[in-house]
Amino acid sequence: MNIHEYQAKALFEKYGVPVPKGAAAKTPEEFVTALALLPEGATMVKSQIHAGGRGKGTFTNGFKGGVKFCKTKSDALAMAGNMLGHTLVTIQTGPAGRKVQTVYFTVASDIKKEYYLAILLDRATSKPVIVASTEGGVEIEKVAHETPEKIHKIFVDPAYGLADFQVRELITQLGLTGNEAKNAGKLIRNLYTCYWETDAAMVEVNPLITTPTGEVLALDAKVSFDDNALFRHPEIVALRDLNEEDSKEIEASKYSLSYIALDGNIACLVNGAGLAMSTMDIIKHFGGTPANFLDVGGGASKDQVIAAFKIILGDPNVKGILVNIFGGIMDCNVIAQGIVEAVKEVGLKLPLVVRLEGNNVAAGKATLNASGLKLVSGDTMADAAQKIVKLVA
Amino acid sequence: MAILITPETKILIQGITGEFGARHTKLSLDYGTKVVAGVTPGKGGQFFEHAGHKVPIFNSVADAAKATGATVSAVFVPPPFAADAILEGVDAGLDLVVAITEGIPIRDMVRVKRAMQGKATRLIGPNCPGLVSPGAGEDSKGGCRIGIAPGYIHKQGHVGVVSRSGTLTYEAVFQLTSKNIGQTTCVGIGGDPVNGTSHLDVIKLFNADPETHGIILIGEIGGNAEVEAARWIKANCQKPVAGFIAGATAPAGRRMGHAGAIVGGAEDTAAAKIAVFKECGIEVAATPSDMADALLRSAQAKGVVLK
Repeated sequence: MNIHEYQAKALFEKYGVPVPKGAAAKTPEEFVTALALLPEGATMVKSQIHAGGRGKGTFTNGFKGGVKFCKTKSDALAMAGNMLGHTLVTIQTGPAGRKVQTVYFTVASDIKKEYYLAILLDRATSKPVIVASTEGGVEIEKVAHETPEKIHKIFVDPAYGLADFQVRELITQLGLTGNEAKNAGKLIRNLYTCYWETDAAMVEVNPLITTPTGEVLALDAKVSFDDNALFRHPEIVALRDLNEEDSKEIEASKYSLSYIALDGNIACLVNGAGLAMSTMDIIKHFGGTPANFLDVGGGASKDQVIAAFKIILGDPNVKGILVNIFGGIMDCNVIAQGIVEAVKEVGLKLPLVVRLEGNNVAAGKATLNASGLKLVSGDTMADAAQKIVKLVA
Repeated sequence: MAILITPETKILIQGITGEFGARHTKLSLDYGTKVVAGVTPGKGGQFFEHAGHKVPIFNSVADAAKATGATVSAVFVPPPFAADAILEGVDAGLDLVVAITEGIPIRDMVRVKRAMQGKATRLIGPNCPGLVSPGAGEDSKGGCRIGIAPGYIHKQGHVGVVSRSGTLTYEAVFQLTSKNIGQTTCVGIGGDPVNGTSHLDVIKLFNADPETHGIILIGEIGGNAEVEAARWIKANCQKPVAGFIAGATAPAGRRMGHAGAIVGGAEDTAAAKIAVFKECGIEVAATPSDMADALLRSAQAKGVVLK
């Protein structure tokens, strides 16, 4: 689960990670009250969407830049009107962009130098890793690729926690001394506590800055959480912004379906994540394009199959459907009955290819054949994929 | 023979009285697996009864292992309590803990993994289908089935299968059995980013097992576990190996069902992993329908006859 920058910064403040003073607003009326909380002077105006590249983004109305520097608060007030309610397209949003529903005002800080700081899981060691660099404010992937020696990492032993000597080592590598070193050390320790206690999947600060007066501040904040751990963090679940999520994906999650929209025209309905991914792959292999990832899980009950069909058909690009179920434990005949009822209930008009395999498959295929539905049976995944690709061509 | 478990292995089930655990305990008993104990705190002294079997239930793993001689456990405990259940199995000194539970917080697994350092117990999973060493009976009955895989699709034989994904493993096993090629052991290591046993760990076991004559290695996007396994195979394994990587069409940054199946960088895409497989002499299945055939091609090239 992702949260907005303004929410992440509120969380940072709670954990003692310093951020520039700021206030968020969701309406033009709130612009005024939010700005009243900030001191006079240079102000940043920042569009709040769950995607990176905001500063270099363009609104669909032609206005450029989702993050703007303003010399005065009254400039900031006018600027916010260019953002709120408009759709921002960035390199991460895709061409459809995201509608800006919250604007965040912050004091514009004096920057002495920009750094990069992030904490995430290192899969190879199964330990949290703190990643830092003197090259902040730019794409970190680029830094890692071109100048890997400028990326510093420390691995945290989960049994002991973050050790002071590790923090000192990291600060030395960043070239910080005196007051800056002291403030950065405190910030890193507090950020690690925030990461660990909230079950974050990743916290990223880019840039982390030093100011001419020796302050160290998180100028930006990107935080995502481990979905598996949300059950023990109701305060974080409360930060979820459904406006930022695909409505079909939200609907799918109500039925324990894992659905991700893609841009092709062949929808697929599969049981199991690995099989679902490879069903998308085999459609592509035979020249088609998958419209979605959809994993109905191990069960594939009738209600789930009906919900899945409705979600799939909510995508206007879909020209055909491939159902691929390996009924290991479940009776294929029960699954077949579910498919037949679902197709009848939603009044499916599009080509449908069904590949069933596994437990009691002969009865399942007989049920499909006897249903009177216009569906095509596929014997293997390859056979089924070739058939649906041909039908939508 | 087989790796990790044999038809003689004694199994205990943590969470035997839950709906999920109970359903699969029955299927394992029907398969002929020696399920000798169940563990549900507070229900010690009761019995789990099914088709003439009467499995004693204990309050703790230590009690169950001591009383029955069980050496392996399957964890069906719900996510908030699963990490604790795994550690209980480790503390009881079991040889193997297989965590079926899906949805365990990553932080819990980070701590479990650290706590298991230096311990004798091996963990498989979590979020995995478990493992099967097929038996010699009809529909491979008489084998050892731990977890949720369908037993009847297997056949006793000489191919080892390792995968993160459940249904994709079944797909491969089904193809093998349909071609009358049996398996030694089929291992699902699970789809989470922090798990107990890696592809490489299982590959090493298959390589050392004289009964395993060929291997199917099934991977996904995300992480570098498949690459690590492939490089080891190139240097150490003479047996025929076929490989498949799911997720070639997955967009970057989107988690595909499994918490671990997410493309983070250029190194963990399907294309990058497939390139490494080829470079390491692994016969790549072009599609998931091609997994068994790919193994046959590799076997033929190496002059190995698979049965």
